[in-house]
Amino acid sequence: MNGEHAIEVTGLRKAYGSVPVLDGIDLRVERGSMLALLGPNGAGKTTTVRILSTLLRPDAGTARVHGFDVERQAGAVRRSIGVTGQHTAVDGLLTGYENLVLMGRLFRLPGRAARSRATELLERFGLAEAASRQAKTYSGGMRRRLDLAISLIAAPPVLFLDEPTTGLDPRSRNAVWETVRELLTGGVTVLLTTQYLEEADQLADRVAVVDGGRIVADGTPARLKQQVGAELLELAFADPGAFHLAREILGQDGPRADERALRVSVAVEHPKDVRRILDLLAERGVDPDRLGVEKPTLDDVFLTLTGAHAGGGQ
Amino acid sequence: MNTVNTVNTPVTRAGEARWALSNAGALVGRSLRHITRSPEQLMLMLFLPTMLLLMFRYLFGGAIATGGMSYVNYVIAGNIAVSVTFNATATSVAVAGDMLEGIVERFRSMPVSSPAVLVGHVAASLARNLVSIAVMVGVGLLAGFRPVAGPGQWLAALGLLVLFTLGVSWIAVLLGVLAKTVEGASGLSMPLVFVPYVSSAFVPPGTMPEALRVIAENQPVTPMVDAVRALFLDQPVGDSAWLAVAWWGGLTLVAVPLAGVLFRRRSAPGSR
Repeated sequence: MNGEHAIEVTGLRKAYGSVPVLDGIDLRVERGSMLALLGPNGAGKTTTVRILSTLLRPDAGTARVHGFDVERQAGAVRRSIGVTGQHTAVDGLLTGYENLVLMGRLFRLPGRAARSRATELLERFGLAEAASRQAKTYSGGMRRRLDLAISLIAAPPVLFLDEPTTGLDPRSRNAVWETVRELLTGGVTVLLTTQYLEEADQLADRVAVVDGGRIVADGTPARLKQQVGAELLELAFADPGAFHLAREILGQDGPRADERALRVSVAVEHPKDVRRILDLLAERGVDPDRLGVEKPTLDDVFLTLTGAHAGGGQ
Repeated sequence: MNTVNTVNTPVTRAGEARWALSNAGALVGRSLRHITRSPEQLMLMLFLPTMLLLMFRYLFGGAIATGGMSYVNYVIAGNIAVSVTFNATATSVAVAGDMLEGIVERFRSMPVSSPAVLVGHVAASLARNLVSIAVMVGVGLLAGFRPVAGPGQWLAALGLLVLFTLGVSWIAVLLGVLAKTVEGASGLSMPLVFVPYVSSAFVPPGTMPEALRVIAENQPVTPMVDAVRALFLDQPVGDSAWLAVAWWGGLTLVAVPLAGVLFRRRSAPGSR
């Protein structure tokens, strides 16, 4: 338990056959904090989690979790972690309560401790009423919460959440977020993977953006959003003339333009930015046909980040 | 979140053995719970043996001559064999489900001796089959089965059936581990069901065409069925009991480590 980092990853590489999946990943996660690995499908997020949770051996590089080497001290790592995978692994034939007690017993909690811990977790995850129902009757959100509860049965100091809200409806997603936030107040270290910028923003202290098996950006959500913009103002124009003029006028704001759709989008931080932009255009007699304000997506993050790299890096 | 990690940790070899044993205990409990929750397993455990016995007793029995012995007395040991192999398909399906639906993967990220999950399935299979055998004997008694075995013979017959069940269950586990889909697991284990048909289970091999007779007389189900039948009816057992022990003991000794190796390989592709 030396050092202030609960997770330390250096130069992690993994290939499946000749296809590289991880191409040198470096990560440090401070004890008691949450890092979000943000990236599209196939970026290497799940592979990273699988290596850190001892399910997969890396080809090269080292990884330490809670001070233990994932290859040489796999047993100690397993006793220090909880894992919630992309696919829920609950026993559908057992009730929610039985699932938790079974997992507690597998961790060799004494019977009474396993039972009281199970009750406590069901309570905390809003599953108390469903405790004696078979897990196969649970909704997707309930299963995910049960899965999360299972990963906490032995109160692990480090938790891996691999896309914990993928496929959930907004209400269940919010419920999962709530519980994850609570965990952090208890001093648990969390590594979260997600495809959603908003999720990383809502939960994590730091975000590492992964693409093609590499970390392409690393920082606080605020800094990342600063780079991308909190929101995007989308302007559509009626004719190519207005479109080209608008692009020229907004040039210094670094707009992204879609020539075919005659659309320009600009990052905005405040409502007054919208007025400023419309004023700028109006001064030169350009009026957009339509406008909309959208949250930046993972796509926008990548366009901005890779653009920034191409233009000379950070 | 302030209950700290008070998990006992295995340090010594003996500690590890105790840990594995405790894991197996928990997982046996889990698989036993599954029996009453799974309609398929309940059907196979209770309804199937009843139907098998009634069918062979009343539907086919009249047309099969077994040389003086009443057909129900002849066939009950064979019916038990088929019931065990039928029940094996449920074991394969349950194992495949655990392998493919994330449970085993979860165990692997926990300080759990994950092959213990297989022990759980075999124990549950044994429990289901013991109930099936009781049902079969009970229904048999109502339908004219007249055993004349003494306590020692009953015990010996039961011992043989337990050994047979363990062997078949481990083979079923093996097939469940190999299956690529849960549905595939039942297909993969289905041939097991038909193995007893080409044995002395339902008709004396002497009545079969030459090629089938040779197979039937030399396959592992025949000595087991012959021995159990002879024990039930207080007839000379001959070599069949020892042959049955050798066959099924041997098959079990091969299937257990093989299942373990394949389990490790399949549950951790391309890694430890």
